[in-house]
Amino acid sequence: MDFGFCLSPSSHVKMDSVDLTTFNRLKETNPDVNTCIACGSCTATCTAGNFTEMSFRRILLMLQRSKEEEAKKMIQRCMLCGKCTLVCPRGINIRKILLDITR
Amino acid sequence: MKENIIIIGGGAAGMEAATQLQKLGLTPVIIEKSNALGGHIAQWDKLFPAFHNAKDVVSKMFDNVKDIKTYLNTEVTDIQRNADGFHAVLSNGEAIDGKAVVLATGFDLFKAERKQEYGYGIYNNVITSLELEKFFRTRKDERINNPKKIGFVHCVGARDVKVGNTYCSKVCCTTALKQACEMKEVFPEAEVYTFYMDLRMFGPGYEDLYLKTQKDYDVKCIRGRVCEVSEDMDGRLVIKAEDTLFGKPLRMTLDLLVLMCSMEKNKSIDKIQQQLGVENNSDGFMQNRDMYLGMNDSKQEGVFVAGTCTAPKSLPDTIGEARSVAVEVFNYVNNK
Repeated sequence: MDFGFCLSPSSHVKMDSVDLTTFNRLKETNPDVNTCIACGSCTATCTAGNFTEMSFRRILLMLQRSKEEEAKKMIQRCMLCGKCTLVCPRGINIRKILLDITR
Repeated sequence: MKENIIIIGGGAAGMEAATQLQKLGLTPVIIEKSNALGGHIAQWDKLFPAFHNAKDVVSKMFDNVKDIKTYLNTEVTDIQRNADGFHAVLSNGEAIDGKAVVLATGFDLFKAERKQEYGYGIYNNVITSLELEKFFRTRKDERINNPKKIGFVHCVGARDVKVGNTYCSKVCCTTALKQACEMKEVFPEAEVYTFYMDLRMFGPGYEDLYLKTQKDYDVKCIRGRVCEVSEDMDGRLVIKAEDTLFGKPLRMTLDLLVLMCSMEKNKSIDKIQQQLGVENNSDGFMQNRDMYLGMNDSKQEGVFVAGTCTAPKSLPDTIGEARSVAVEVFNYVNNK
């Protein structure tokens, strides 16, 4: 008999089994992916971010939290204008990194 | 006059070092390039974290150095090491000899116009933290005209590889919250926002100030770095940032924007520093011998450093260093 009860799946990020393959590959050619301080300058200035969910800061996090498909979907919003690269206080070469992720 | 100690810089560090050296029986001589002692702190109205009058502290310091030989409007133009110590030529044509040299040359405020995207010098209602402090002292600034919405930008010229300053300037976080509270006191109807990346409340009473800022003054702290400022048709400021905790880009219209400018090393001393052989760290500040046990020694014998010439520091940090440099100099002179 179905009483309508069920177990909710855990909403935790499973850091014990996180898949870092893409992030680690990215890190080899772009060591600055580790230097983001999540200030949000890239997102604030993003041309696409004005109309979509595009956020480079979050893409970097997604790649470190087993959300690669989500990240790749988000990257499609990018128009490669490069304003994020201009404003980043850590000097991260964001445009190149975005291209490298999709490669 | 062989026991002279040449102190270059008459700000908080220089005055306090001179005071302590005199108490230890030596003869400090202060050389100050501007027309008054006191340095940056003399331009300040109130001090964090507890809103003490800067004037009370500074006037005590003035009192302490009133019998100490001081050259104002004077720079060291040349300095040479000799058998007895140092021989300095001053810009007024005089020369003095000293057993040791204390570099207490302090900092320069980051030039806000270098961050062009914040619009300082372009838009009328963008001001610096120093200018706001002057407003608190004088209550006069035509740009501050009963603002309804006020924003503070942290880390201007700090933690920013684009201007070549990757260091944290240490005191701006606490200063921003202090000034935000004071703005609420002056303009109780105004909404006050601060835009921060991390709030570094590192000292005693600082976290309490943060709590007070939220609880008693209703200042809104938004975690996100302002990346662009522009002006709308009415001459109000429009800022862009990401509200990173909410995860969405944000726009806001403001009547006044205050830039929390970082400290940079005072470069007017570079030539003398070079003559003395004192090098800089990669952040542009002077290098000391050892960051723990030799923080007031340079790597050159008889040349000492104190205050913000080696790194951004708060006033208590600076006074502490000025006192410790006095002990270092005393030991050096007596063991020579």
